[in-house]
Amino acid sequence: MPLTGRSRSGIEWRARTPRSYRVPVRPQVSVRPRWVVALADYYARRYAALVTMSTVAANAPGVAGSGLADVAASEASLRRFLHGLPGVDQVGLEARAAALGTRSIKTTAKAYGIDLAISMIDLTTLEGADTVGKVRALCAKGRTPDPTDPTTPRVAAICVYPDMVATAKDALRGTDIQVASVATAFPAGRAALPVKLADTADAVAAGADEIDMVIDRGAFLSGRHLDVFNEIVAVKEACKRPDGSSAHLKVIFETGELQTYDNVRRVSWLAMLAGADFIKTSTGKVAVNATPPVTLLMLEAVRDFRAATGVQVGVKPAGGIRTTKDALKYLVMVNETLGDDWLTPHWFRFGASSLLNDLLMQRQKLATGRYSGPDYVTVD
Amino acid sequence: MSDTTFARLDVLKTYKLYVGGKFPRSESGRVYEVTKATSAAGAAGKREWLANVPLGTRKDARDAVLAARKAVKGWAGTTAYNRGQVLYRVAEMLQGRREQFAAEVAVSEGIGPKKAAALVDAAIDRWVWYAGWTDKVAQIAGGANPVAGPYFNLSTPEPTGVVGIVAPQAGYGHSLLGLVSVIAPAIATGNTVVVAAAAAAPLPALSLGEVLATSDVPGGVVNIISGRTADIAPTLASHQDVNALDLTGAIAADGPGAAAALEAAAADTLKRVVRPELDPFAQDWTNAPGTDRLLSFLETKTVWHPMGI
Repeated sequence: MPLTGRSRSGIEWRARTPRSYRVPVRPQVSVRPRWVVALADYYARRYAALVTMSTVAANAPGVAGSGLADVAASEASLRRFLHGLPGVDQVGLEARAAALGTRSIKTTAKAYGIDLAISMIDLTTLEGADTVGKVRALCAKGRTPDPTDPTTPRVAAICVYPDMVATAKDALRGTDIQVASVATAFPAGRAALPVKLADTADAVAAGADEIDMVIDRGAFLSGRHLDVFNEIVAVKEACKRPDGSSAHLKVIFETGELQTYDNVRRVSWLAMLAGADFIKTSTGKVAVNATPPVTLLMLEAVRDFRAATGVQVGVKPAGGIRTTKDALKYLVMVNETLGDDWLTPHWFRFGASSLLNDLLMQRQKLATGRYSGPDYVTVD
Repeated sequence: MSDTTFARLDVLKTYKLYVGGKFPRSESGRVYEVTKATSAAGAAGKREWLANVPLGTRKDARDAVLAARKAVKGWAGTTAYNRGQVLYRVAEMLQGRREQFAAEVAVSEGIGPKKAAALVDAAIDRWVWYAGWTDKVAQIAGGANPVAGPYFNLSTPEPTGVVGIVAPQAGYGHSLLGLVSVIAPAIATGNTVVVAAAAAAPLPALSLGEVLATSDVPGGVVNIISGRTADIAPTLASHQDVNALDLTGAIAADGPGAAAALEAAAADTLKRVVRPELDPFAQDWTNAPGTDRLLSFLETKTVWHPMGI
C-alpha cells in the first residue's frame, strides 16, 4: 500500500488519493470496534458537507465491538483512530470563530455575562517569584473580588504551583472556591514519569481539588500517542485520594506548540479517551496561548465526545484572555457550540489573572455609569 | 487640438481623530459637517461647507483615556530637558505648515488672512514659550524648604497624570492659539491629555494632531477628539481614570450650567479642575498667558533627606 497508516482507517485516503493509486478497502475486523464505527459514521454525516470522505469502511458490517479501551489497545490502534478523525477545515473554523466574536452583548446580557465570567475564572499566579503572601492576597481577592460591591460573585478556583497549595487551601477555608494546582513538571513537562507522578501526588496530598497536568508534547509530536495516553491515565490514577475520591484532572495541551488544528482535534480526543475531566488549551507560558479557533475546536470535540460516549468533559481556555470583550466572545462560543449544559463554572473555566480586573472595571461601569480605571482595582 | 481645458479636481482632506499616535475614524463611523465661520460683517452670506470631521463618541473618549494613561509613564519619566526639546520640535513643525494653519484659522474664526497669520505666529511663539518652561517650572513650583534640623526637605512638582481638556470654543484666537494655550502647559509639565476639540472649529485641532504625530511627541501624550462637547466632556469629567479637568471650553453652548455640572461630576473622583472664564466670548487669547496653567496640573512631592556629615 503506497500510503501511511492513515489509509488503513478507511476514512481519509480515498479523498486524497489519485484514482490510479486506489486499492480496495478491506474491512478491518479486529481493530474497528462498533463504537469506533458508529463514531466514524457520525463524523461522516456531520462533516459530509465539509470534507469528502469515504463512508464505505464506516458502514462495514459485522464488526465485533468491545469497549472504549480498545482504541488504546496498541500504538497502532490509537494512531489509526486519531488519524481517522476528519481533518479540520481551517478556513471554516477560523471564519466561524470570528463570526461568533461579532455579537453585540449589551446592558443586562452584558451584566449577566460579566458575572458568569467572574464565577468561571481560575485566578492564577504561576510565577517563580510567587510568595506565600502573594498567594494569600490572591485568595483574598478570589473571595471578594470587589470589596466595594458585595454582590460580586466569587471566582471558581485559585490556580497555583504545588508548593503553594497548602497556603491557598488554608486561605480559602470556609468557601467553595477550589484550589487548582499545576503539576507534572509544569510548564515544560520535561521530566521522568515517576517525578511527574510524585509531583501530582504531592499536590493532591496537600489538598488540591484540581490538578492541571501538561501533556508530553514531544512524545505527541513524534507520534508516540500511546505514551501520552498512558501518562494521562497514570496521572489520573495519582489524583486519587486515600478516601477513594479523586482530584479533578485538567489536561493542558499547549496548543501553541501543536502546529496544526488537526493535532488539536487529535489530542483532544486522546485526552478525553484517557479520562480527562477538563481539557485546557495552554500553560500561558509560550508565545501563542488560547485563541478563539482553537477553543472552538476543543468545544466541538467535547460536544462530539459526549454525543458519542455520554461522558461530559469541561473546557478551559487559558492565557491571553485579558479583556471583558474577549471573555464574552468565549461565552458566546460556548453557548452557540455547547449550550447551557456547559455554561457553568463546573464545565467551563477561564485561566486568567489580569482578566478579573477588567471584568471588575466593566462591572463598575455598568453599575455607576462612569468609566472605571486601574486605580480602583488591585495591583496584582 | 481642442481648446477644452479641464479644471483640476481638488483632493479633499479626510479629517480624522488623533488617538494614541494614530489617526482613527470615530468608533461610531459618523461624521458631521463643519461650515465656515462668518464675521459679523459677512453674516448675511450662507454658511459654506468646509469639511466632514469625525463625530467622536463617549467610546472614542474612553479609548483616548486608555491611550493617554498608557503614555503617562513614558512622558512623565522623560527628563525636563528632553521634554523641552520635543516641544521645540513641535514648534518647528508648526512653522513649516504655517500657511495651512492660517487658512484653517481664517475660516474657523471668520477673520481675514493677515489676522489669521498673526494668530498662527502667536501660537507658534506660545508653544516655544511653554517649551522653555519645562526645565524651569520646578524652580518656581518646588524648592528646598527651610527646616530646623540636620536634614534637607525638598519639594518637587510632579505631573498629575491624565488631564481632560475641553478646548476653548470662544474668544479671539480660540481655534489654534487658544488650543495651544491649553495643551502646551499641560504636557510641558509631563501630563498626558485628552482634548475635546472645539465643536464648531475643529479643523486646526485635527491638523495639530498631524503636526504632533510628525514631531517626537510619543503617541498617546496628546489625544484629540472632535464631536459634540455634550457627549465628550461629561465622559471625561466622570471617568475615574482622568486625574484633572480643564473646563476652559465648557460654555453656554451646552447650557448655562454645563461647567457647573461637569465640575460636580469631576468632584466625585476628586479631580483637579480649571474653571472657564466668566465671559469666555470676551477672552482675547493673544494676551500673555502667565504661569497659572503650568501650575494647575502639578502634584507636589516633598521628601526629607539626611544631610550627611
